[in-house]
Amino acid sequence: MSSPLKPLPAWADVALIPLINVAAAFVISGFVVLAIGENPLEAVQILITGALGDLEGIGFTLYYATSFIFTGLAVAICFHAGLFNIGVEGQAYIAGLGAALAALYLGFLPGYSLVVVAIAAAALFGAAFAAIPGYLQAKRDSHIVITTIMFNYIASALMGYLLVDVLRVPGQMNAETPGFSKYAAVPQFHELLAPLGIQWPVTPFNLSFLLALAAALAVWLLIWRTRLGYEVRTVGANATAAIYGGISPSRITIITTLLSGALAGGLAVNVILGQEHRLILEFTGGFGFVGIAVALMGRAHPVGIILAAILFGVLYQGGDELAFDKPKISRDMIVVIQGLVVLFAGALEHMFRRPVSVLLARRTTQPPI
Amino acid sequence: MELFDTFIQIFGSGIRLGVPLILACLAGLWSERSGVVDIGLEGKMLTGAFAGAAFATFTGSAWIGLLAGVTATVVASLIHGYASIDQRANQIVSGTAINMVADGLTALIGNAIWSQGGRTPQLSDTALFNAITLPFAESFGAVPIVGSIYRHLISGHDIVTYAAFALVPLTYWALYSTRFGLRLRAVGENPAAVDTAGISVRGLRYSAVIICGVLVGLSGVYLSLAQAAFFQPHMSAGKGFIALAALVFAKWRPWPALATCLLFGFLDALATRLQGVELPAIGAIPVQAIQSLPYILTVVLLAGFIGKAIPPRASGIPYVKER
Amino acid sequence: MAAPVAAGEDRVTTDAGRAPPAIELIGIDKSFGPVHANKNVNLRVERGVIHGIVGENGAGKSTLMSILYGFYEADAGEIRINGEPVRIRSSKEAISHGIGMVHQHFMLVYPLSVLDNVMLGAEGGPLLANGANAIRRRLAELGKEYGLEVDPDAIVGELSVGLQQRVEILKALVRGAEILVLDEPTAVLTPAEADQLFEMLRVLKSENKTIIFITHKLREIMSLTDRVSVMRRGEMVATFDTARTSPPELADAMVGRKVILKIDKSEAHPGRVALEVRNLVVRDDRDVVRVNGVSFVLREGEILGVAGVAGNGQSELLEALAGIRPLSAGEILVDGEPLPPAEHNPHAERLIGIGHVPEDRHRVGLVMPFEACESAMLGFHYETVYGRGLLYDRKAIIDDAEHKMEAFDVRPRAPLLKTANFSGGNQQKLVLAREIERNPKIMLVGQPTRGVDIGAIEFIHKRIVAQRDAGKALLLVSVELDEIFALSDRIIVLCGGRITGERRAEDTNAQDLGLLMAGVDERAA
Repeated sequence: MSSPLKPLPAWADVALIPLINVAAAFVISGFVVLAIGENPLEAVQILITGALGDLEGIGFTLYYATSFIFTGLAVAICFHAGLFNIGVEGQAYIAGLGAALAALYLGFLPGYSLVVVAIAAAALFGAAFAAIPGYLQAKRDSHIVITTIMFNYIASALMGYLLVDVLRVPGQMNAETPGFSKYAAVPQFHELLAPLGIQWPVTPFNLSFLLALAAALAVWLLIWRTRLGYEVRTVGANATAAIYGGISPSRITIITTLLSGALAGGLAVNVILGQEHRLILEFTGGFGFVGIAVALMGRAHPVGIILAAILFGVLYQGGDELAFDKPKISRDMIVVIQGLVVLFAGALEHMFRRPVSVLLARRTTQPPI
Repeated sequence: MELFDTFIQIFGSGIRLGVPLILACLAGLWSERSGVVDIGLEGKMLTGAFAGAAFATFTGSAWIGLLAGVTATVVASLIHGYASIDQRANQIVSGTAINMVADGLTALIGNAIWSQGGRTPQLSDTALFNAITLPFAESFGAVPIVGSIYRHLISGHDIVTYAAFALVPLTYWALYSTRFGLRLRAVGENPAAVDTAGISVRGLRYSAVIICGVLVGLSGVYLSLAQAAFFQPHMSAGKGFIALAALVFAKWRPWPALATCLLFGFLDALATRLQGVELPAIGAIPVQAIQSLPYILTVVLLAGFIGKAIPPRASGIPYVKER
Repeated sequence: MAAPVAAGEDRVTTDAGRAPPAIELIGIDKSFGPVHANKNVNLRVERGVIHGIVGENGAGKSTLMSILYGFYEADAGEIRINGEPVRIRSSKEAISHGIGMVHQHFMLVYPLSVLDNVMLGAEGGPLLANGANAIRRRLAELGKEYGLEVDPDAIVGELSVGLQQRVEILKALVRGAEILVLDEPTAVLTPAEADQLFEMLRVLKSENKTIIFITHKLREIMSLTDRVSVMRRGEMVATFDTARTSPPELADAMVGRKVILKIDKSEAHPGRVALEVRNLVVRDDRDVVRVNGVSFVLREGEILGVAGVAGNGQSELLEALAGIRPLSAGEILVDGEPLPPAEHNPHAERLIGIGHVPEDRHRVGLVMPFEACESAMLGFHYETVYGRGLLYDRKAIIDDAEHKMEAFDVRPRAPLLKTANFSGGNQQKLVLAREIERNPKIMLVGQPTRGVDIGAIEFIHKRIVAQRDAGKALLLVSVELDEIFALSDRIIVLCGGRITGERRAEDTNAQDLGLLMAGVDERAA
């Protein structure tokens, strides 16, 4: 049986333990690389060079990171309310529909107001799709984990049907919508910087990144500096106390899932409006699930999420380069790392707590010899 | 008669599509009845499918493949068990991790070994579980209807399929007629009651998790060594989650689990069959509508619009002795 | 400093040649982190007696019994069963030594049948069928022998609480328990059910079973037990023959030096009716009626104590008044006006000046992972003092908390420290500070000093009386009679969800209230 431990010092709790957890995930990933007959150190070198070695790599890295900031925030905001939203993937997918419908059918809007409306439509569709499981959790006590999983598949089926049978360009083989007008595009950085005389290589890195940073700031303010955020955290920490404090947990559940779905829409903004400029099948590419790893690794704090998102951006971009150089280390390696991060930073987050606190206690209590 | 043959075909196909669901659903049933929520069924199914196909490729033996597949999923289950039981982790997070690692690792290793984008080589003959023709299938098959059902629906499946169907009554019997089953049902509802009765909560939950691993392993092996003749990345294609849905739909009971999985398998078969078919008066039904029916039905059930699905009371909650 | 306390050893008359005691605990010691729950505890329980253990909440009774039952292992000490030293490392070992335990919170599996519950852990083989028949027969025998009839095929969750407890006792007996430990068994029972239980225990005793009966109710000790041991703050302080002791002597031993100091309290000057309750009916989460037609008035400038054995509807009454629990029937009037349904919620009630100190600060009153300053604004977090615009003004929040901590002497005075890191007394002061500082006209106060150290008790009591003197109307719910007496001007007693009597504080005594709490009104009779 385990005797209770002294609480760890704050620095160990906030920095050391999370770092050890993430390090464990990477060490095991290293062994995986070793096991398939490659040199992990060489792999890391290729990966980092590919992701950060030149402006093009950095552009792609930040493009990926943008998606991950959005999905990480979407997962994290639910964490604060004590909810586990596994449905970010599906919510982002449906958000893409919103963005595309606005971009395709509201072309009469003047100039770049179209893209603003398209962004709003993405957020709205994402929020609406998330609100159904949220409502069912709040009012009908249906477990949000199961319903959001189901909703991912429902989204996938719905979008498959719409893209194949309804929105596809007649005569086209690919299941995709027609291209959007240029006013429905979130400008990419190389386009913006060219008139200023700055040469930035052509990458999908676009203004959505700034939107993501703004969203991170907004989430931080919301959670720690507003009444709503206070209520969200109270419900997440202790729903009974929330009721006592005059806060309705079901109202907070619905509001939080709405916000989460809207943030998930950011993924669609970045990919559909920022890069693809048309709606395509499966554009979410599992990035909604990356959000779970990002949120856990970033400990549901926007700053942590930005850092974790950039790390995963490096992994995804560098992973592409790596897969090119070392065909044995396919992109699947990144999914493995992501899973290991969820395992060690999430499920096994307390595994190193005991050894660390024993170690620290020994260090501080050992008498000088 | 033609209509009858069509039905026989669809039902046969439904059974084949239902088998992996039945096995995974029973796996989830054992785990969740003990209080360990398992959303990692999908990943474990892939793990079993991959390890099974890989070892069947190496050895040419389906049985060694099966052993390897089951061993691999038991290991994955034990990781989830360690996180859930000993580390008192959030079981949803742990299951998500298992799904991700399995999804990535199977494709990665498959690609590293065979360089076919993660696909294993085509398997044949002894490396697969082949159809078994039951006695008198030929002669008795000539009898209209009953004979046809015997020949086409009951005969002609592989050993794993028959095992899956046998495992349903076995699970039922073990759950309701044995000491282990009673304790397992109790530990998923109130682990403290089990603990104070002098029974190890940990031991029970680990046993359940191992049984879960074995069953979901069979399910995975079925995918690669019976339904297909190879492994390819992501080949479970959400079946683990459908099994989870079926488990909710069956309210964590074995016979309804069988019925639900067969229904979901049948829906899948029907969707394939109806692809592009114009039905009189209705027109073409989008195949996606039928495919998403299991998910929609489960949500509707969870929302309490058709009965109420109440999970075992202690499921998902780590057991901590109260002071 | 820990000189071993010979637990009344001098009082025990040991005849030579008599059977060894059923249980001997020698020098049992147990700590949970910084909490020293059992300090060198000695206890001797003779065979075939009903031995009571009394003590206040947190005195260490339950920990001691959990050690006896193998739920925890003692840090030090020895257990002897029938004179033999034994090690009990698990419930399984306790059972094999003939110890059975009826926990305060039943260890039952509600969706399973009585038979399944009794059989659990005593199945008699890997298959259920044989064992089931044997147990069925055994249940029938026990039913006849002790009057413990219960339908073996009934679903436990559908039985009454009294019957559920019976299943717990049957579980122990079927396992061949010779020593039966009951932890606060009457806390959840109606008086009639409690009487039945006592009858049952006397029959068991006549069959030479040994019974350990844990309670904090002296009335039960006096009416049931042969011997009684008293625990106080982790120590076993005395053991008596019940026939040769009295409730005052036991109470003294339980409390030690009289800790509940009578607060200097001037006479009350009740004013207008601030709160009136008419025919209130309230159900609990399981839809059982817990408050059944309660009516009373609460005036400004008085403290109305609500006494009763825990679980007789006080908690539900308090939650209903605070707007947390819906009313099944009846109405609440504030200042003579019926409280409209739309305002029957915690938020609206705070707005009209009803403060609420909940019974359970851990689960309800505070948010343990929050900074103290954030816990200090729970329920008032919408107010503009914490920031006028969209965003909170952190400085205002911290200043406000500092002010409250100053006013109520919360230590350490650290608004940014996590709520969980304060001691129980300081957490409770924080709750009181939050509720009182908003100057409500009506205060609903539940168990204000539960698990609070002595110094803080006095402080808290003084603050409550000060509120009364400031003309506030206070409703005090407490299961500690001493607290009810120390604070109340007027007392109502709840039993089984009904008011069994009302007294002016100076017109009553513990015995009188004890009878009311048992549902007997002598004066009315």
